[in-house]
Amino acid sequence: MRLPLAGGIDCDVHIAPPSMRALLPHLDAYWREQMVNRGLDRVDFTLASARPRLPIAARPDSRGNGGELDTLRARLLDPLQLRTAICHALHGAIALHTEDMAAALCRAVNDWVAAEWLDREPRLRGSILLPLQNVELAVAEIERRAADQRFVQVLALAMVDQPLGRRHYWPVWAAAERHGLPLAIHAGSLFRHAPSATGWPSFHVEDHVLQAQAFDAQLASLIAEGAFQKFAALKVVLLESGLTWLPTFIWRMNKIWRGLRAEVPWVKQPPGDIIRDRVRVTLQPVDAPDDPQVLARTLDHIGAERMLLFSSDWPHWHDDRPDPIPDGVPDALARRMLLDNPAETYPRLSLPAARATEAAR
Amino acid sequence: MSTNTLERSAVAAKPKLSLVDCDIHPNLKSEAELFPFMERRWVEHAQQFGPNNHQGLAYTLQHPRFQPAVSRADAWPPGGGPPGSDLDFLRSHHLDAHGIAHGLLMLLRPTGCDERNLDFAAALCAAANDWQRECWVKPEPRLHGGIMIPQEDPAAAVKEIERCARTGGFAQVNFPPRALEPPGRRRYWSIYEAAVHHGFPVGLHVGGVPGHPTTGAGMPTYYLQEHHSNMPGMQAVVSSFVFEGVFERLPELRIVLIEGGFAWSPALCWRMDRAWRLMRAEVPQVPRPPSEYVRDHVYYTTQPIEEPDDPAHLGEIIDWIGHERIMFSTDYPHWDFDDPRYAFRTKLTEAQRAAIFGGNARALYRLP
Amino acid sequence: MSRHIVATVDEIAPGSSKLVTVKGREIAVFNVKGEFFALFNRCPHEGAPLCKGQVVSLVESDEPGTYRMSRQGELLRCPWHGWEFDIRTGQSYCDPANTWVRKFAVAVEPGERLAKGPYVAETFPVSVEQDYLVIEM
Ligand code: FES
Repeated sequence: MRLPLAGGIDCDVHIAPPSMRALLPHLDAYWREQMVNRGLDRVDFTLASARPRLPIAARPDSRGNGGELDTLRARLLDPLQLRTAICHALHGAIALHTEDMAAALCRAVNDWVAAEWLDREPRLRGSILLPLQNVELAVAEIERRAADQRFVQVLALAMVDQPLGRRHYWPVWAAAERHGLPLAIHAGSLFRHAPSATGWPSFHVEDHVLQAQAFDAQLASLIAEGAFQKFAALKVVLLESGLTWLPTFIWRMNKIWRGLRAEVPWVKQPPGDIIRDRVRVTLQPVDAPDDPQVLARTLDHIGAERMLLFSSDWPHWHDDRPDPIPDGVPDALARRMLLDNPAETYPRLSLPAARATEAAR
Repeated sequence: MSTNTLERSAVAAKPKLSLVDCDIHPNLKSEAELFPFMERRWVEHAQQFGPNNHQGLAYTLQHPRFQPAVSRADAWPPGGGPPGSDLDFLRSHHLDAHGIAHGLLMLLRPTGCDERNLDFAAALCAAANDWQRECWVKPEPRLHGGIMIPQEDPAAAVKEIERCARTGGFAQVNFPPRALEPPGRRRYWSIYEAAVHHGFPVGLHVGGVPGHPTTGAGMPTYYLQEHHSNMPGMQAVVSSFVFEGVFERLPELRIVLIEGGFAWSPALCWRMDRAWRLMRAEVPQVPRPPSEYVRDHVYYTTQPIEEPDDPAHLGEIIDWIGHERIMFSTDYPHWDFDDPRYAFRTKLTEAQRAAIFGGNARALYRLP
Repeated sequence: MSRHIVATVDEIAPGSSKLVTVKGREIAVFNVKGEFFALFNRCPHEGAPLCKGQVVSLVESDEPGTYRMSRQGELLRCPWHGWEFDIRTGQSYCDPANTWVRKFAVAVEPGERLAKGPYVAETFPVSVEQDYLVIEM
């Protein structure tokens, strides 16, 4: 694995969600006793859409001997000479119907990330896991954690109870905007309803392919609802969305907007312009063919110079090619996606690591 | 880019193309137009009970549309009735005006495909088919019917396909992209077998109200989103047919995706191929890369056509898909109609033009 | 250039339009609150007959969920894909710089003056009591 320059920023690094045992010290007395008395400390809360057994869930070199952080250092941070890696732990708490338990577990996960990862490795940054089941609890979690400048974004899944643009969620996006935290939407579903327009597909591989359409629907929702107008400073980051679906999305939304503008008069620019300005897309997994020429053409169709963020998607393995930046990505764009674009996207990244740690205390 | 170019071509408005329109919507003047084609038992059912569907509104869709009758404002027949309900007007306003040699009919409602009472669904479909044949196809040989089927009762659907194959007048079997389950699932295979047996392509026109949201992210709020969701919905149709192995099983099956556009197809194929390379052990019923099945089995109608700022981008997409799979459609009389003279801003070669505006559809539907 | 009498002023009520043909070109003449505007009857997008479009207000919004109406009756919505055009200028609302409908000058003239000619009005017996709409083309 090689990158064209040192000091880059990786915007999508997974850390395996902690076991309930590991979370116990971060829970309050009530929830700690509940977890133990109900036997939940021995229950596996893995998200169904994380699909941990799938071949794509872990690259062959991600399983090391010295504990996860050491592996991450040895296999990712050091060899890619990364300045910063933005990580997240997608814990199953977000799927629970019991709101208070979900919120307690999200708090615990966020505190565990701070203690076990961010405190130990200054190159890492975190994402605030949100209990979106309840808007007030989600806002409270942002308020509680936002002072720690090492958390650089809030995190939601691509398929939750309702489309994310709906006014229902606006207090959450308002809190994120207030604290300079982009909204990161990660591939995955809570399966509150069928994950595709056609219903429930049979196979994991279909669910995987259909993720792109959930992102498509979320962008349509955020645009049509006027979330980008309402929250003029909010940026949206798509994690593991793929990107080659974007040109058609932009062409079709621009066209339909011209005809139906009066339905959503707060949308004052062509949707494609809003997207290029406010939405950021992580690189991996690259859903392009092997022909670099076609990828280059597609990037041109998107107009992606400012949109792309470099990501390794560690330790996922969607790609059987060795280089994290595929051929077909122009050098200037590679540089932008490693440095300039993340810096423009994440206000909190400009803080030197030492100051960020200090602010957390 | 200046779109103010039509003025110059205004005088040359006389149509020269002898084209095939793959999506024309006939319309009932009223529900009662079907009654002569239904047994008394079902007429009474329709009058006393009415439809039993999967949504909150009985008689209209839950994302209210933006134009009266979802139609071009100039498509209302002067003699009365809703757009698409008057054959004479459809002839003069559309078929003659645009030099259309063949038109594929696509009846949207009542379809029977969303009806929960399966026997009523079958009766509605049969009546709709007889109505298409008697009121449209027989008097106007340029038009070709689409067989409506009660897809949730596959045995009844197969019978209806057989019946319509006997009576004649039909060019394809219609299947809703949004049925109770994804279209590739096993419960529907006997329908596709019957279509292949009788030499019919299966046409999937956007729509269907099966009770689950129109996107994986949930129900959209605005019509703008709902209209857009047709396009990702079509992609889920393709991935279902591919990964369930339907195309592998039925090498002669051809499906036509109607009113979902086409520009999305290359990206979907790249995504499917990549996922298949890593996860093919899960789907041994799919021994070849997904894109190969798509190339062999999937046709697209053009409307509503994608309009990139740079028209050349669409030309690249057409090259990536292969122009022999793309078939022109207008969606007459609906508001998002495409005019055959102006819809394509990208440059087409003569061969591409001939194929897209008629050749492909003539070959697929075996039209004269 | 010649002057073409295309309608009497009374014929086109405020908020309505009339389709006329001048030198083989179809032109839609609109009455916007007593002022008259003439637009080429073809949408610059795919050629829809604009005379069939709805005359609408301008809808704007200061914030999602709020709707502000102004310029009642001054916009035209294409009868097909719904693009909005400013009847006064012919410009597309969404893309005024690049997309517009061709506009023709239309004047109101009293029959008394017109009667002296010259003018073209195959279908109009011009009477001195009436006011007429005249397009120069
Ligand atoms: S033809 Fe007028 S908006 Fe398309």
